[in-house]
Amino acid sequence: MALRSSFTLALRRSHCALVSYTRSLATLKSTAPKQAAAAAKPTPTPKSEEEWRVSNYSGSHGGLSDKDRIFTNLYRDGDWRLEGALKRGDWHKTKDLVQMGRDWIIDEIKASGLRGRGGAGFPSGLKYSFMPKGSPDGRPNYLVVNADESEPGTCKDREIMRSDPHKLVEGCLLVGRAMSARAAYIYIRGEFIDERRNLEVAVAEAYAKGLLGKNASGSGYDFDVYVTHGAGAYICGEETAMIESLEGKQGKPRLKPPFPANIGLYGCPTTVTNVETVAVVPTILRRGSDWFASFGRKGNAGTKLFCISGHVNNPCTVEEEMSIPLRELIDRHCGGVRGGWDNLLAIIPGGSSVQLMPKDICEDVFMDFDSLKAVGSGLGTAAVIVMDKSTDVIAAISRLSYFYKHESCGQCTPCREGTGWLWMLMERMKEGDAKVEEIDMLWEITKQIEGHTICALGDAAAWPVQGVIRHFRPEFERRIAEFQSKNVQAAV
Amino acid sequence: MSSLAATLLRVLPRSPPARRSPSISHARPFAAGLNVHRDAAHNTHDTPFDFTEHNYQRIRAILKRFPKNYAASAVIPLLDLAQRQNGGWLPLSAMNKVATVLSMPPIRVYEVASFYTMFNRERIGKYNVQVCTTTPCMLRGGYDILDACKSHLGIGVGADTDDGLFHLMEVECLGACVNAPMVQINDHFYEDLTPNSVKAVLTDLKNGKHPTIGPQIDRNGCEGPKGRTTLTSPPPAPYCRDLDALKPAQQK
Repeated sequence: MALRSSFTLALRRSHCALVSYTRSLATLKSTAPKQAAAAAKPTPTPKSEEEWRVSNYSGSHGGLSDKDRIFTNLYRDGDWRLEGALKRGDWHKTKDLVQMGRDWIIDEIKASGLRGRGGAGFPSGLKYSFMPKGSPDGRPNYLVVNADESEPGTCKDREIMRSDPHKLVEGCLLVGRAMSARAAYIYIRGEFIDERRNLEVAVAEAYAKGLLGKNASGSGYDFDVYVTHGAGAYICGEETAMIESLEGKQGKPRLKPPFPANIGLYGCPTTVTNVETVAVVPTILRRGSDWFASFGRKGNAGTKLFCISGHVNNPCTVEEEMSIPLRELIDRHCGGVRGGWDNLLAIIPGGSSVQLMPKDICEDVFMDFDSLKAVGSGLGTAAVIVMDKSTDVIAAISRLSYFYKHESCGQCTPCREGTGWLWMLMERMKEGDAKVEEIDMLWEITKQIEGHTICALGDAAAWPVQGVIRHFRPEFERRIAEFQSKNVQAAV
Repeated sequence: MSSLAATLLRVLPRSPPARRSPSISHARPFAAGLNVHRDAAHNTHDTPFDFTEHNYQRIRAILKRFPKNYAASAVIPLLDLAQRQNGGWLPLSAMNKVATVLSMPPIRVYEVASFYTMFNRERIGKYNVQVCTTTPCMLRGGYDILDACKSHLGIGVGADTDDGLFHLMEVECLGACVNAPMVQINDHFYEDLTPNSVKAVLTDLKNGKHPTIGPQIDRNGCEGPKGRTTLTSPPPAPYCRDLDALKPAQQK
């Protein structure tokens, strides 16, 4: 009886809760536009307090000198094979570094402030420390190197693999040691065939010299590196999709948890990490974490490969200090924007998945994780796509929407359907064949996709569209007005 | 597959939106056409396919990379091998062969072959011309390159030339963005193209010559076309700090 009454009470309570919830929802709805209006106009931070601005910063970053570069064979001046790599200092005292032990390597990576170079910018030392230390249940640990570089704008890992593959192979051994891994799988995108051949040669050379395999580099540690490849799917750059693909399935991301560090490749603890992150580790360990940490602003340490494409006079891949001002990066290494800085329209600073930035932000922003995040964009893979004033910015973003539509794996409905809608709406916006309200609808769709999918591809599809609406809404409206006035004239 | 099932499972390319824009002319069909198999004279269950002895050796080498109970991991490399052996496309019988070799149910192989865009499940020309038109290439004239290919070859996207030499595809980012615009033809990238230089590459291939792989202008890899701004001095000699000095600190 007591049980029953308490049950009834609970039921009533929950009913009341439901009613009050519905009511609060109703009030929320009625006040929503007002709140949205209020939220749209937050009290602006005074310019002088915005930390992302170069003009508010006393130090200076950029202008890395040649002696501090990690990727010294970026332009293939030397031999990419083992002989050349040895001359450049790869595989130098690797045995001693491995023998320093797991904890020392992880502590050094943590102290260096290295953040993942694949886009998310998660602290690498912390990530590696998540791997279980021993294997109480007998499962081996795996390292999976993400060489599925497909983010539009990004072409840095390709250069590492074709001109300095031994940096990556040696990195695999050291990072593998740091996470007590038995083997590393390097998953390279299927289209990189010449790059894959170079990498396979490098791995074979390392085995022949005893640098890998049993008693790798004479360190007493057994470690294998295997090169395998995909066959053309952007989604396989997502860590769990890559694991699925490595297991011989469709590259469809897994739900997390369980996280790969517990259950990953073949059900074993696995860490997936980017090529550049792995390739810089040997140099960090040799030169010291304080050396690496001396570059860049606080929390954004190190050097980084930047790939600058689009409308610049001298598009190139270049290694620079983190936190170099964006404008300096372009002026110093790329011969400036085509037609001069004033001809700049917008820049996508970190590969297609981040929001674009209009000229006034580009002028005064650092190229690092925190600064770009503060302006609503992101460093991503540091793939800078420059657009000058000749660009049809809506067409450019619409093309990215097509990219995401094409690459969605189709597993989650918001992404599978939403990416197609985004593209179709953007195509109409390009012509101005839309209503002004549809701009808000487009925004709403991006919000319905963002955060409602298993992996980040949905977010990545939503952000570029959000960016272009945020910064170029008047352009949308102008085209709509133009299209409508034309049609009215035609009707008359 | 019965004809009824084939009809039910038929996936047509999505219809394009009502108004077509000049730059993106249509919603492209899936990379290798339909998502289902249709029997053709040269592509049925009974079409003979077997790996060559040389490829069986390579298969054994590939299988060594993966744990013995996870042979399925080799499905992508094996399908790739089969496609190469078969002149750039993957017949049904080759997928079945891969399934047999890896002791997988055939459907698991079909799933993979239809998911990844690099597997062509229909016969295509000898040279697969894949033009990248994603935004970084588009900004540098990727669509001009596509148009040049179309007019030079006299075919549209997804079609083959009559002589069976070329197949034209429009693809997504191939990861050579600082060398945009670019195309991939079979295994190789041809970068820094102009409409004229891509035509020259195609003409060379048609005449059985080997065009230069990589940038088609005077440029070294990813170094800027107007010269480099970094790496002007030779790389420093191998260096490592004194690790022995660090050891006592670690022991504390």
